[in-house]
Amino acid sequence: MFETVFTPFQSLGGGALIGIAAVLLMATLGRVMGATGILAGFFQPADRSDWLWRAAILAGMVSGPVFILFVTGEMPTVQVPVSTAMLVIGGLIVGVGATFGSGCTSGHGVCGIARLSPRSIVATATFMIATAITVFVIRHVIGG
Amino acid sequence: MRLFITYLIGLVFGIGIAISGMANPAKVLNFFDVAGDWDPSLAFVMGGALIVTMIGYRFVLKRPGPMFSGAFQLPTRRDLDLPLIAGSAFFGVGWGIAGFCPGGALPALGTGRSEVLIFVAAMVAGTLGAKWAQGALKRRAQSTAEV
Repeated sequence: MFETVFTPFQSLGGGALIGIAAVLLMATLGRVMGATGILAGFFQPADRSDWLWRAAILAGMVSGPVFILFVTGEMPTVQVPVSTAMLVIGGLIVGVGATFGSGCTSGHGVCGIARLSPRSIVATATFMIATAITVFVIRHVIGG
Repeated sequence: MRLFITYLIGLVFGIGIAISGMANPAKVLNFFDVAGDWDPSLAFVMGGALIVTMIGYRFVLKRPGPMFSGAFQLPTRRDLDLPLIAGSAFFGVGWGIAGFCPGGALPALGTGRSEVLIFVAAMVAGTLGAKWAQGALKRRAQSTAEV
Protein backbone atom coordinates (compact mmCIF):
# COMPACT_ATOMS: atom_id res chain seq x y z
CA MET A 1 0.00 0.00 0.00
CA PHE A 2 1.23 3.50 -0.75
CA GLU A 3 0.49 6.68 1.13
CA THR A 4 -0.44 9.43 -1.28
CA VAL A 5 -0.38 13.19 -0.75
CA PHE A 6 -3.62 15.17 -0.96
CA THR A 7 -3.30 17.39 -4.05
CA PRO A 8 -6.40 19.63 -4.18
CA PHE A 9 -5.06 22.20 -6.65
CA GLN A 10 -3.43 19.77 -9.09
CA SER A 11 -6.49 17.56 -9.00
CA LEU A 12 -8.87 20.47 -9.52
CA GLY A 13 -6.72 21.78 -12.40
CA GLY A 14 -6.38 18.34 -13.97
CA GLY A 15 -10.13 17.86 -13.60
CA ALA A 16 -10.74 21.20 -15.34
CA LEU A 17 -8.54 20.05 -18.26
CA ILE A 18 -10.59 16.83 -18.49
CA GLY A 19 -13.70 19.01 -18.63
CA ILE A 20 -12.20 21.27 -21.33
CA ALA A 21 -11.39 18.21 -23.45
CA ALA A 22 -14.95 16.91 -23.02
CA VAL A 23 -16.46 20.26 -24.06
CA LEU A 24 -14.13 20.59 -27.07
CA LEU A 25 -14.95 17.07 -28.29
CA MET A 26 -18.66 17.88 -28.14
CA ALA A 27 -18.09 21.23 -29.90
CA THR A 28 -16.05 19.72 -32.74
CA LEU A 29 -17.19 16.13 -33.35
CA GLY A 30 -20.42 16.15 -31.31
CA ARG A 31 -19.26 13.17 -29.30
CA VAL A 32 -19.29 12.23 -25.63
CA MET A 33 -15.83 11.94 -24.02
CA GLY A 34 -16.32 8.41 -22.72
CA ALA A 35 -13.16 6.33 -22.56
CA THR A 36 -15.03 3.02 -22.70
CA GLY A 37 -17.08 3.95 -25.78
CA ILE A 38 -14.12 5.48 -27.62
CA LEU A 39 -12.01 2.36 -26.99
CA ALA A 40 -14.76 -0.13 -27.90
CA GLY A 41 -15.40 1.69 -31.20
CA PHE A 42 -11.67 1.72 -31.95
CA PHE A 43 -11.77 -2.09 -32.14
CA GLN A 44 -15.18 -2.24 -33.83
CA PRO A 45 -15.50 0.99 -35.84
CA ALA A 46 -18.54 1.84 -37.97
CA ASP A 47 -16.30 2.87 -40.89
CA ARG A 48 -12.83 4.21 -41.70
CA SER A 49 -13.43 7.81 -40.57
CA ASP A 50 -15.00 6.52 -37.35
CA TRP A 51 -11.81 4.57 -36.67
CA LEU A 52 -9.57 7.52 -37.57
CA TRP A 53 -10.95 9.99 -35.01
CA ARG A 54 -10.84 7.34 -32.30
CA ALA A 55 -7.22 6.50 -33.17
CA ALA A 56 -6.33 10.23 -33.11
CA ILE A 57 -7.89 10.90 -29.71
CA LEU A 58 -6.38 7.74 -28.18
CA ALA A 59 -2.95 8.75 -29.52
CA GLY A 60 -3.46 12.15 -27.88
CA MET A 61 -4.38 10.57 -24.54
CA VAL A 62 -1.31 8.33 -24.55
CA SER A 63 0.85 11.37 -25.38
CA GLY A 64 -0.31 13.13 -22.19
CA PRO A 65 2.30 11.63 -19.83
CA VAL A 66 5.03 12.09 -22.48
CA PHE A 67 4.12 15.79 -22.72
CA ILE A 68 4.43 16.07 -18.94
CA LEU A 69 7.82 14.34 -19.12
CA PHE A 70 9.00 16.97 -21.62
CA VAL A 71 7.74 19.91 -19.57
CA THR A 72 8.66 18.81 -16.06
CA GLY A 73 11.42 16.28 -16.74
CA GLU A 74 9.49 13.58 -14.89
CA MET A 75 6.86 11.04 -15.81
CA PRO A 76 3.62 11.38 -13.84
CA THR A 77 3.54 9.12 -10.79
CA VAL A 78 2.00 5.68 -11.29
CA GLN A 79 2.03 3.54 -8.13
CA VAL A 80 0.40 0.13 -8.52
CA PRO A 81 -0.37 -1.31 -5.09
CA VAL A 82 -1.98 -4.50 -6.47
CA SER A 83 -0.73 -7.82 -7.88
CA THR A 84 -0.63 -8.77 -11.56
CA ALA A 85 -3.50 -11.21 -10.99
CA MET A 86 -5.61 -8.36 -9.57
CA LEU A 87 -4.77 -6.18 -12.59
CA VAL A 88 -5.96 -8.92 -14.95
CA ILE A 89 -9.12 -9.77 -13.00
CA GLY A 90 -9.88 -6.08 -12.38
CA GLY A 91 -9.30 -5.25 -16.06
CA LEU A 92 -11.64 -7.99 -17.27
CA ILE A 93 -14.37 -6.92 -14.81
CA VAL A 94 -13.95 -3.23 -15.69
CA GLY A 95 -14.29 -4.04 -19.41
CA VAL A 96 -17.40 -6.20 -18.97
CA GLY A 97 -19.04 -3.90 -16.41
CA ALA A 98 -18.46 -0.65 -18.30
CA THR A 99 -19.79 -2.23 -21.52
CA PHE A 100 -23.02 -3.56 -19.98
CA GLY A 101 -23.32 -0.41 -17.87
CA SER A 102 -22.92 1.77 -21.01
CA GLY A 103 -20.07 3.81 -19.59
CA CYS A 104 -17.47 4.54 -16.95
CA THR A 105 -16.12 7.41 -14.88
CA SER A 106 -15.58 9.72 -17.86
CA GLY A 107 -18.72 8.89 -19.86
CA HIS A 108 -21.25 8.64 -17.01
CA GLY A 109 -19.38 10.42 -14.21
CA VAL A 110 -18.42 13.54 -16.16
CA CYS A 111 -20.29 13.86 -19.47
CA GLY A 112 -23.53 12.19 -18.38
CA ILE A 113 -23.88 13.95 -15.03
CA ALA A 114 -23.04 17.27 -16.75
CA ARG A 115 -26.20 16.73 -18.86
CA LEU A 116 -28.09 15.62 -15.70
CA SER A 117 -28.86 12.27 -17.35
CA PRO A 118 -30.75 10.12 -14.82
CA ARG A 119 -29.05 6.96 -16.16
CA SER A 120 -25.60 8.48 -15.61
CA ILE A 121 -26.41 9.77 -12.13
CA VAL A 122 -27.64 6.30 -11.07
CA ALA A 123 -24.71 4.55 -12.79
CA THR A 124 -22.13 6.82 -11.15
CA ALA A 125 -23.66 6.46 -7.68
CA THR A 126 -23.77 2.68 -8.20
CA PHE A 127 -20.15 2.26 -9.24
CA MET A 128 -18.78 4.70 -6.63
CA ILE A 129 -20.51 2.71 -3.87
CA ALA A 130 -19.42 -0.64 -5.39
CA THR A 131 -15.81 0.58 -5.64
CA ALA A 132 -15.79 1.84 -2.05
CA ILE A 133 -17.21 -1.47 -0.76
CA THR A 134 -14.67 -3.45 -2.81
CA VAL A 135 -11.73 -1.41 -1.50
CA PHE A 136 -13.03 -1.74 2.07
CA VAL A 137 -13.41 -5.52 1.77
CA ILE A 138 -9.98 -6.01 0.15
CA ARG A 139 -8.10 -3.73 2.56
CA HIS A 140 -9.92 -4.13 5.86
CA VAL A 141 -11.82 -7.43 5.75
CA ILE A 142 -9.58 -9.77 3.71
CA GLY A 143 -6.32 -7.87 4.21
CA GLY A 144 -5.83 -5.48 7.09
CA MET B 1 -6.57 19.19 -39.67
CA ARG B 2 -9.65 17.70 -37.98
CA LEU B 3 -7.63 14.69 -36.95
CA PHE B 4 -4.90 16.93 -35.55
CA ILE B 5 -7.45 18.86 -33.47
CA THR B 6 -8.92 15.55 -32.30
CA TYR B 7 -5.40 14.47 -31.32
CA LEU B 8 -4.95 17.71 -29.35
CA ILE B 9 -8.25 17.14 -27.52
CA GLY B 10 -7.00 13.68 -26.54
CA LEU B 11 -3.73 15.28 -25.41
CA VAL B 12 -5.56 17.80 -23.18
CA PHE B 13 -7.56 14.90 -21.68
CA GLY B 14 -4.38 12.86 -21.15
CA ILE B 15 -2.54 15.76 -19.50
CA GLY B 16 -5.57 16.43 -17.29
CA ILE B 17 -5.76 12.79 -16.21
CA ALA B 18 -2.03 12.66 -15.51
CA ILE B 19 -1.93 15.93 -13.51
CA SER B 20 -5.08 15.09 -11.56
CA GLY B 21 -3.77 11.78 -10.23
CA MET B 22 -6.43 9.62 -11.92
CA ALA B 23 -3.67 7.71 -13.73
CA ASN B 24 -2.23 6.66 -10.36
CA PRO B 25 -4.08 3.63 -8.89
CA ALA B 26 -2.62 4.23 -5.42
CA LYS B 27 -4.26 7.66 -5.34
CA VAL B 28 -7.56 6.38 -6.72
CA LEU B 29 -7.73 3.49 -4.23
CA ASN B 30 -6.82 5.79 -1.33
CA PHE B 31 -9.77 8.02 -2.26
CA PHE B 32 -12.12 5.09 -1.71
CA ASP B 33 -10.29 3.98 1.43
CA VAL B 34 -12.08 6.30 3.84
CA ALA B 35 -11.34 3.87 6.68
CA GLY B 36 -7.59 3.91 5.88
CA ASP B 37 -5.19 6.43 4.28
CA TRP B 38 -7.92 8.63 2.86
CA ASP B 39 -6.84 10.93 0.01
CA PRO B 40 -9.78 13.17 -1.01
CA SER B 41 -8.10 14.36 -4.26
CA LEU B 42 -10.41 12.41 -6.58
CA ALA B 43 -13.39 14.49 -5.42
CA PHE B 44 -11.57 17.58 -6.70
CA VAL B 45 -10.93 15.91 -10.08
CA MET B 46 -14.60 15.05 -10.48
CA GLY B 47 -15.62 18.49 -9.21
CA GLY B 48 -13.30 20.38 -11.58
CA ALA B 49 -14.29 18.25 -14.57
CA LEU B 50 -18.02 18.52 -13.81
CA ILE B 51 -18.09 22.29 -13.32
CA VAL B 52 -16.27 22.93 -16.60
CA THR B 53 -18.29 20.36 -18.56
CA MET B 54 -21.65 21.55 -17.20
CA ILE B 55 -20.95 25.17 -18.12
CA GLY B 56 -19.27 24.30 -21.44
CA TYR B 57 -22.02 21.91 -22.57
CA ARG B 58 -24.65 24.61 -21.89
CA PHE B 59 -23.04 26.84 -24.50
CA VAL B 60 -22.02 24.13 -26.97
CA LEU B 61 -25.35 22.29 -27.02
CA LYS B 62 -27.21 25.54 -27.79
CA ARG B 63 -25.45 25.65 -31.15
CA PRO B 64 -27.13 24.04 -34.16
CA GLY B 65 -24.50 21.31 -34.34
CA PRO B 66 -20.83 20.41 -33.91
CA MET B 67 -18.21 22.09 -36.12
CA PHE B 68 -16.93 19.02 -37.97
CA SER B 69 -19.94 16.76 -37.95
CA GLY B 70 -23.66 16.79 -38.74
CA ALA B 71 -25.28 16.46 -35.35
CA PHE B 72 -24.55 16.00 -31.67
CA GLN B 73 -24.55 12.30 -30.86
CA LEU B 74 -26.01 12.21 -27.38
CA PRO B 75 -27.39 9.18 -25.57
CA THR B 76 -31.18 9.52 -25.56
CA ARG B 77 -32.25 6.75 -23.20
CA ARG B 78 -33.58 7.82 -19.83
CA ASP B 79 -34.84 4.50 -18.46
CA LEU B 80 -33.04 2.68 -15.65
CA ASP B 81 -32.60 -1.00 -16.50
CA LEU B 82 -30.80 -3.99 -15.03
CA PRO B 83 -27.76 -3.97 -17.37
CA LEU B 84 -27.08 -0.32 -16.45
CA ILE B 85 -27.15 -0.92 -12.71
CA ALA B 86 -25.62 -4.42 -12.62
CA GLY B 87 -22.97 -3.41 -15.19
CA SER B 88 -22.07 -0.28 -13.21
CA ALA B 89 -21.86 -2.24 -9.95
CA PHE B 90 -19.63 -4.78 -11.70
CA PHE B 91 -17.47 -1.98 -13.10
CA GLY B 92 -17.07 -0.57 -9.59
CA VAL B 93 -15.86 -3.93 -8.26
CA GLY B 94 -13.21 -4.08 -11.01
CA TRP B 95 -12.17 -0.50 -10.36
CA GLY B 96 -11.80 -1.29 -6.67
CA ILE B 97 -9.71 -4.40 -7.39
CA ALA B 98 -7.28 -2.85 -9.89
CA GLY B 99 -7.43 0.89 -9.15
CA PHE B 100 -7.53 1.80 -12.84
CA CYS B 101 -10.63 3.00 -14.69
CA PRO B 102 -10.63 3.22 -18.51
CA GLY B 103 -10.19 7.01 -18.60
CA GLY B 104 -7.29 6.77 -16.17
CA ALA B 105 -5.59 3.76 -17.72
CA LEU B 106 -5.54 4.85 -21.39
CA PRO B 107 -3.42 7.99 -20.78
CA ALA B 108 -1.34 6.02 -18.25
CA LEU B 109 -0.26 3.75 -21.14
CA GLY B 110 1.99 6.65 -22.16
CA THR B 111 4.18 6.09 -19.10
CA GLY B 112 5.25 2.79 -20.66
CA ARG B 113 4.62 0.87 -17.44
CA SER B 114 3.95 -2.84 -17.98
CA GLU B 115 1.26 -2.91 -15.26
CA VAL B 116 -0.86 -0.47 -17.27
CA LEU B 117 -0.46 -2.55 -20.41
CA ILE B 118 -1.55 -5.70 -18.56
CA PHE B 119 -4.63 -3.93 -17.18
CA VAL B 120 -5.58 -2.41 -20.55
CA ALA B 121 -5.15 -5.73 -22.38
CA ALA B 122 -7.47 -7.43 -19.87
CA MET B 123 -9.93 -4.53 -20.08
CA VAL B 124 -10.03 -4.72 -23.89
CA ALA B 125 -10.61 -8.49 -23.68
CA GLY B 126 -13.47 -7.87 -21.22
CA THR B 127 -14.97 -5.16 -23.41
CA LEU B 128 -14.86 -7.20 -26.63
CA GLY B 129 -16.18 -10.28 -24.81
CA ALA B 130 -19.08 -8.26 -23.41
CA LYS B 131 -19.81 -6.74 -26.84
CA TRP B 132 -19.93 -10.23 -28.31
CA ALA B 133 -22.25 -11.42 -25.53
CA GLN B 134 -24.50 -8.39 -26.02
CA GLY B 135 -24.73 -9.18 -29.75
CA ALA B 136 -25.49 -12.84 -29.07
CA LEU B 137 -28.22 -11.93 -26.55
CA LYS B 138 -29.74 -9.49 -29.04
CA ARG B 139 -29.73 -12.06 -31.87
CA ARG B 140 -31.34 -14.62 -29.60
CA ALA B 141 -34.05 -12.15 -28.54
CA GLN B 142 -34.72 -11.34 -32.20
CA SER B 143 -34.92 -14.97 -33.34
CA THR B 144 -37.25 -15.77 -30.44
CA ALA B 145 -39.44 -12.82 -31.43
CA GLU B 146 -39.59 -14.04 -35.05
CA VAL B 147 -40.78 -17.48 -33.97
